[in-house]
Amino acid sequence: MWDLTTCALDTAKLRGATYADARLMHIRQRDLTTKNGAVGTLAQSESIGIGVRVLANGAWGFASTDKLTREGVAACAAQAVSIAKASALAKRGEVKMVPEDAYIDSWQAPLRKDPFEIPLDAQLDLLLKADAAMRAVKGVTLTETGMQFRKIDCWYASSIGSLIHQRKVISGCGIAATSFQGTEIQKRSYPNSFGGQYALAGYELIESLELLKHAPRVAEESVALHSAAQCPEKIGTLLLDGSQLGLQIHESVGHPIELDRVLGQEANFAGTSFLTLDKLNKLKYGSEIVNVVADARLAHGSGLGTFAYDDEGVPAQCTDIIKDGQFRGYLSNREMAQLIGLNRSSGTMRTESWNRLPIIRMTNISIRPGSGSPDELIASTDDGIWMETNRSWSIDDRRYQFQFSTEIGWEIKGGKKVRMLKNPSYSGITTEFWNSCDAICGEKYWTLWGTPNCGKGQPMQTMGTGHGASPARFRNMKMGTAFSGQ
Amino acid sequence: MSSESELNKRIETVLRLGKLAGADETEVHIDETIDALSRFANNAIHQNVAEHGITISVRTVVDGRTARATTNRLDEDSLRAAVESSLQLAHSQPKITGLLLMPGKQRYRKVNRFTKQTAATSPEERARAIRKACDLAIRNGQVAAGIFSSGQSQHVIGNSRELFAPYRQTEAEFSITMQDESAASWAKANSGNVRDFDPQKLAARASEKARMAKDAQELAPGKYTVILEPAAVLDLVGFLFYDFAATALADQRSCLTKRMGKQLFGKNISITDDVYHPQQLGAPFDGEGLPRQRVALVEDGIPGKLVYSRATAKKSGKKPTGHGFALPNEYGEAPMNLVFGGGDSSVEKMVASTDRGLLVTRVWYIREVDPYEKVMTGMTRDGLYLVENGKVTSAVRNFRFNQSLIELLKNVESMSPASRATAEEAFEMVVPAMKVHNFHFTEPTKF
Repeated sequence: MWDLTTCALDTAKLRGATYADARLMHIRQRDLTTKNGAVGTLAQSESIGIGVRVLANGAWGFASTDKLTREGVAACAAQAVSIAKASALAKRGEVKMVPEDAYIDSWQAPLRKDPFEIPLDAQLDLLLKADAAMRAVKGVTLTETGMQFRKIDCWYASSIGSLIHQRKVISGCGIAATSFQGTEIQKRSYPNSFGGQYALAGYELIESLELLKHAPRVAEESVALHSAAQCPEKIGTLLLDGSQLGLQIHESVGHPIELDRVLGQEANFAGTSFLTLDKLNKLKYGSEIVNVVADARLAHGSGLGTFAYDDEGVPAQCTDIIKDGQFRGYLSNREMAQLIGLNRSSGTMRTESWNRLPIIRMTNISIRPGSGSPDELIASTDDGIWMETNRSWSIDDRRYQFQFSTEIGWEIKGGKKVRMLKNPSYSGITTEFWNSCDAICGEKYWTLWGTPNCGKGQPMQTMGTGHGASPARFRNMKMGTAFSGQ
Repeated sequence: MSSESELNKRIETVLRLGKLAGADETEVHIDETIDALSRFANNAIHQNVAEHGITISVRTVVDGRTARATTNRLDEDSLRAAVESSLQLAHSQPKITGLLLMPGKQRYRKVNRFTKQTAATSPEERARAIRKACDLAIRNGQVAAGIFSSGQSQHVIGNSRELFAPYRQTEAEFSITMQDESAASWAKANSGNVRDFDPQKLAARASEKARMAKDAQELAPGKYTVILEPAAVLDLVGFLFYDFAATALADQRSCLTKRMGKQLFGKNISITDDVYHPQQLGAPFDGEGLPRQRVALVEDGIPGKLVYSRATAKKSGKKPTGHGFALPNEYGEAPMNLVFGGGDSSVEKMVASTDRGLLVTRVWYIREVDPYEKVMTGMTRDGLYLVENGKVTSAVRNFRFNQSLIELLKNVESMSPASRATAEEAFEMVVPAMKVHNFHFTEPTKF
C-alpha cells in the first residue's frame, strides 16, 4: 500500500504540487435488517481506492480512483494537480496551513470481538428473536431491527513525511416497534432511534445492549402511547434523556463550531454559523455548569469520533468548546487554523471514504457529566416534562432556532413521573437553551452516543460522530409547539 | 467509461462464477461514475474534486434464499469472492417465503439522457464560470458560494435469466448563494445537459434577491398565505412520496393508509410518476430490471394508485409498476420521477393577486413531526419576503413552520406550469410554484 501512496506523492510533486497527501482506504461493511419477522437487507460490501489531495499554484485539487496500479494512481495524482491549477483560475489568495509534525505510526482501535468473525446466523438469530419479542405485543403493527458493521483501514501519507496506518471497526444496532391505530402512528426505539447505538467497538457492543430484554418494553410503549395524553403547549421545565441531549449537542454545538461553516465555506449548502469570530472567548454560550469538549482521544471513550490521527495527519486532541458556560473553541483544520491565527489545527479533518475530500467534521462533542442520578433529577423537579428518544430534529442554517420532538414523554409532578405523554416536542434558541441548563446527571449515567448519519459537504459525505451526555434539566423551555394549531 | 461490450463481459464473468459456485440464480448490477465538482465560497474556489469509480454488486439465490455482496475490485478472484460472500450470506438465513424467480428478458423504452458536452465539461470551464459569478458578487458588494458539478454515470443490470438492462446519463448542476451583509439568497439548476442552464443568469438572480433580502423585519408567527417557489414546493412534497409505496401501506406506515380513493387533496392536484417525462432523468427500469411504468398517483386530488415491486404486486394481486428497489430490501419500492400537473399562473401573477402573504425562496432542514397527518417542520432560508397589496415590499426574518402536507395540498389556490426543480432535501421533480393559504409558521429565528 505504501508503494502506491508514495507513487501518488511523487507524481504530484513532479507535476508541480507544493503539498500532497494521499489516503488509500479499504472499507468493508455488513448490513442486516429484519422487518415483521422476515429478513430484510442482507448485504456485504467492500470498497478500496485512493484519494489524492494536492496544493498547486496556491490552490487545492483532489482526485480519486479505484485503479490501484502504479499507472492508475499516477494518473489520479496528475489529475489532482491539473484540477488544482484550474482552481487557481478562481482563487483570491494562496492557501496556507499551520505547521504540523510528521508521524510514522500504526494504530488499531480496541476491539474485543470482531463482528465479521461472528457467525452470520447468530447475528440474524438475535435480530429475529428481538423482532419476535416485539411482535408478541398486541397492537404492534410493524417491527424493525438492524445491525451494521464497518471495518476501515486507512493508509495515510503526506509530503511532509507522515506515514500513518489506522484500523477502525464500527458496530451498531437497534430495534423499533411501530403501532398504527385510528389516525396515529406511534413508534418506540431502543437503544436510540434512527438505527440505534453505534460505537468504535466490536460485537461486544451488540451483546452489551441486551436487545431481548428491552424488546417487550419498547413494543408495549409504542402501543401505550395511543392512550397517553397529548404533550401540552406550555413554557416550563424540560428534562432530556442522554440520547436526546446528545443530538441536541450535535445540532446546536457541534455544527456551529465547525470553522469552515463559520468562515463561509458551507454557506451554499450546510449553512453558516451564529458563532462568528468575535464571539470566541466572549459569548456566554451556556450556564456555568455547561462544559463541552471536542475529544477524539481514546481516553474519552470508543466513540464514532475517536481516532489516533485525523485525515490530515494531525494527532487526536481534546479541545475545550464551552468551559464553565463560556465559548472557548472551534473545530479546525490546518488551513482554517492559519486563517484565524491559531498555531495548530484541532485535528478534525475527516473523510467518509477514499473518494471524498477530508473536511472539518465533529469528533466526539460531549458535555461533561455533573452529579446525581436521573431519579434524583426527577425527584428535585416539582413540575416538568421528561422527553426521551429523538423522533424529529430541525435547526436553522445558522444554528440558532431549533425544534426537536421525541418518541415519548413523561409528565413530572411533585418529583415523580405521573403519566405518559405522546407527541412531545420542544423548541428554542441555542444560547437561551444552554443558558437555561441547571442540572446535569453524573458520570455513571453518561453515555458516549453515536450518531452514524451526519451529512455534510458537496459531494455529500456521511460521517459518524460521538456525543457523550447524561440526562439534564432545562428551565423555561417552550414545549408542545410542533403540534399546536394542527 | 467502460463500453457496453466490456460491461457485458463483466456480467458474463459474474454469471459464470455464480453458476460454478452453485447459485440457483445470479443477478449483477454494475455502476460506473465519473464525477467532478468545483466548490466555491468567499468568491473563490476552495474545493475541487473528481472521482472515477465502478462497483459490481452480486445477488445470488440458493435454495429459496437470497443476499447481496458488492465490490469495486474487478479481478476474477475478487468477483469470485463477492459471489461466495453473497452465497454465504444467503445460506445464513431461514428460507424466504414466496421468493420470486428473477425476471427474464425485458423490453425498455429508449431514453437518451447523455450529452457529450456535459460529459466533457472540464475543470477549467467550471472555474471560468465560477470566476465570472464571483466577479459579479464582488461588483455588487456581495459574497458568493456554491458549486458547479458535471459528470456521467452508467448502470447496467444483468441476470442468469438473460435480462440485460443498460442505461447511461450525464448530469450537471450549478448552485449559488449570494450573501449581502447578513442577508442571503440562492438559485440553483440541475439538468442532464450542461447547456440547459446559464450560471451567470442564476448568479444574477441570486444577487438581486440577496439585495432584496436585506433589512429583514420580524413578523408574528401564525397562518399566512404563501407563494412557494418551485424549490420550496419540491423540498416539502418530496417527503410525501414513499407513502405511495405499496409496501408502506402494507406496513401501515403510510399517511395513505385508509385514505386511498378519498378526496384527500384539492381537486387541482394531480401527480404522476413518469420517468419518460422530457425533464426527468433516470433509468427506464427499476432495481429488479423491470420497465418503469407511468403511474397516475393522484388524479383531481384523489390518491388512486400505488407503485409496486414484483413481490408486493404479487401479494396485492396487482401488476408490478417497475418501481422496485434492488433486492433484498425491506422498503419495497417508491416513485422516483414525480411530475405535478401544474397550472397557468406564475410567481409574478401570484404576487400580484396577494393582499398580504409571504414569498418563500427555499426551505431547509425538513423533518417529519407526525407521520400520519404528514406534519413537517423546517425553516425558510435564503430569502423570505413580505407581499402586500400585490407587491413584494420588504424582507422578513426566517420562520419555522409546522405544516401538514395533506393540508398544504388542500389549500393550493393557484400554480404555475410545472418544470424541473432542484433543491437540497428531495430528489429533482417536475413541480410548479404554488400559492397556498393557511401555511402555518410557528416561530421566527434571529435573522
